[in-house]
Amino acid sequence: MAKSLTQSLQKDTQTTLTNKSFLHSLRRGANVTFVTTLTIALLAIFLAPFLFMVFTSLKTRGQITQLGAPIWPAKPTTVEYNGKNIEVFKVPMASCAGSDPSDTSIKNLGIVKKGRQQSTFVDPSNLGAGEFACNVSWRALKRPWVFSPTWGNYAQVWKTIPGTFPKLLWNTTFYAIMTEIGVLISCTLVAFGFARFRFPGRDFLFIVLIATIFLPATVTIIPTYTFFQRIGWLGTWLPLIVPAFFANAYDVFLLRQYFMTLPRELDEAAMIDGASPLKVLWSVIIPQSYPALMAVTVFHIVYAWNDYFGPLIYLSTARDKWPISVALSTYNGLYGQQPALIQAASLMTLIAPLLLFVVAQRFFVQGIVVTGVEK
Amino acid sequence: MLEELSNIRKAVPSLKTFRDLPPLARREFRAGMFFLSPWIIGFLAFTLLPTLATLFFSFLNLRITDGILSPPHFVGLENYRQLFKDPQVWSTSTTPGSLWITIRFGLIALPIGIFVPLGIAVLMNNRNLKGQMFFRSMFYMPYIVPFVAAIFIWGGMLNSESGWINRALMYFGAPKQSLPLWINDVNWVYPSYVILGIWGIGNAMLIMLAGLQGVPTELYDAATVDGANGWQTFWKVTFPMISPVIFYNLVLSVVGLFQYFLVPLVVNAGNGNPGGATYFYNLYLYKTFFTFQNMSYGSTLAWFLFVVILLVTMVLFGTAKYWVYYAGESR
Repeated sequence: MAKSLTQSLQKDTQTTLTNKSFLHSLRRGANVTFVTTLTIALLAIFLAPFLFMVFTSLKTRGQITQLGAPIWPAKPTTVEYNGKNIEVFKVPMASCAGSDPSDTSIKNLGIVKKGRQQSTFVDPSNLGAGEFACNVSWRALKRPWVFSPTWGNYAQVWKTIPGTFPKLLWNTTFYAIMTEIGVLISCTLVAFGFARFRFPGRDFLFIVLIATIFLPATVTIIPTYTFFQRIGWLGTWLPLIVPAFFANAYDVFLLRQYFMTLPRELDEAAMIDGASPLKVLWSVIIPQSYPALMAVTVFHIVYAWNDYFGPLIYLSTARDKWPISVALSTYNGLYGQQPALIQAASLMTLIAPLLLFVVAQRFFVQGIVVTGVEK
Repeated sequence: MLEELSNIRKAVPSLKTFRDLPPLARREFRAGMFFLSPWIIGFLAFTLLPTLATLFFSFLNLRITDGILSPPHFVGLENYRQLFKDPQVWSTSTTPGSLWITIRFGLIALPIGIFVPLGIAVLMNNRNLKGQMFFRSMFYMPYIVPFVAAIFIWGGMLNSESGWINRALMYFGAPKQSLPLWINDVNWVYPSYVILGIWGIGNAMLIMLAGLQGVPTELYDAATVDGANGWQTFWKVTFPMISPVIFYNLVLSVVGLFQYFLVPLVVNAGNGNPGGATYFYNLYLYKTFFTFQNMSYGSTLAWFLFVVILLVTMVLFGTAKYWVYYAGESR
């Protein structure tokens, strides 16, 4: 008796448990669906401009302004009839003369005569049936659209953008590579100095370094520009490249945080073997730091590709040295009335950083996490 | 990062410490300074010296008229006197001043610049989200689009005739005549600028997400045991724990806000359209120097901006002790 009671009790608890976990997984499934759907919707809005750019870049001027046209590059379907091209519309067959009123089908018909109440059509698939009238306003009808991209827009940008496009790509790449060399060398040295040597004043200098992140660049630009102008560097690469060789706070911070996580035993062993500090940096620290160095590299490439203000003020007179960002904004001044060309040019500008991101995205994520969270 | 700044008093070395260095420490000092030298030289040449030169310029009358530099002489506080009654800087009864324009834009841009990335980061951190890694890199990805290209892409989206935003509004039933003109609309130009820059949130989003992931799960368990709901848990546990990250982004955004001018420069050719609503302070500074070639007045504007930023930042640091929580510190 007692035994069966316990058994039935146990059984009861078991059923409630299964019920509970079933309900639980049901609720969790609903939550997962809700959260994931919400995220997809937000992401779709966030990335929609990419699709807008691609579609617009493939349109003609007429396609951009055409009313009732779909968002993708499309042109209305036409058929040849009696030696003329006539437009095609989607017509509900029930409204047409000589058809069954209960017919619900919609056919693509060529329009011969447009009318407000009644229009005359022909059936392209059955021209022998001749013209017939349907009681529809042609303005209310939808059209079947066909995909009609204008690839020539890209060729036109290639030809008409100030400076030739390959030259702009080369200028931007050159600027990125030269400053990259400076940033990597100088920031590695400085970060090593902050991470591995103990001396009075080091912490103070480190605070000054961090403070420069928050210093407005505006307060230095007038004397700096005037100075570069005085020594004849305007219109050359030098004002853009030389300062890169003197380290910057972001990259020093990122590398220093990384160097601090490396065990000291290896460099101490190397020191005891008589290695100079430079030798330690080169053969002990750097081989262990590829992730951090890669992060600095990819950030800097994106930074250089993005940089607009520096090249704008220092290279404005030297058109042959313009990077792509400056050329793009000038292009907008010239061709702003042709959105297709502007979107095509924008796409051609962002393709290189986008490829870099696809190849190296994990370095971006890691690098940001280091600079942002560590205090 | 910001915590370092608050330790500045402890870090200043006295001269005595240098005199008493033992030989080995002297060697370490020399080696350390050798490695730091690129930055120290760069800091002196490209930061400290120009900053002081800007201050110096602001007491002179340097300007170029018709390609000729005026003979420099001291004018004392004349430039500052001009600044404090400049109708381009301060609002008059008829026109908004560039300082007020900057602040008004900030009132829209700053909250969005903090809460949109925070909201997305919270969503990314939700355990009910499938494919977190994928979404994380997709929300970050537009950040790498060069900003000039991003302006033109979103500018196309905002086009009042052919842009998708107005088309979507029409699709949802907005009457055609009440659609905003966005960039050319005095009432909509600031939201437009926020939209033009929205792809820049990727960085802040990733930093905040990393902050969220660093919150110990025990704290959430404790909150659940105490019967806190999701909203309470966010404001009483999550927000305090990630407040240093938010503070860092806030300070950077404020410094960036006061220097905002590239978007109006590119979008409206820097002429302040529509209706002078986009004549931002730093745009005025840029034009004073590069277009009107008035170095001294430009420097005065720059130093005043520097002081304003410093004051605002100090106020922010002052409020920090009420809402920014550094774990591991006993308060």
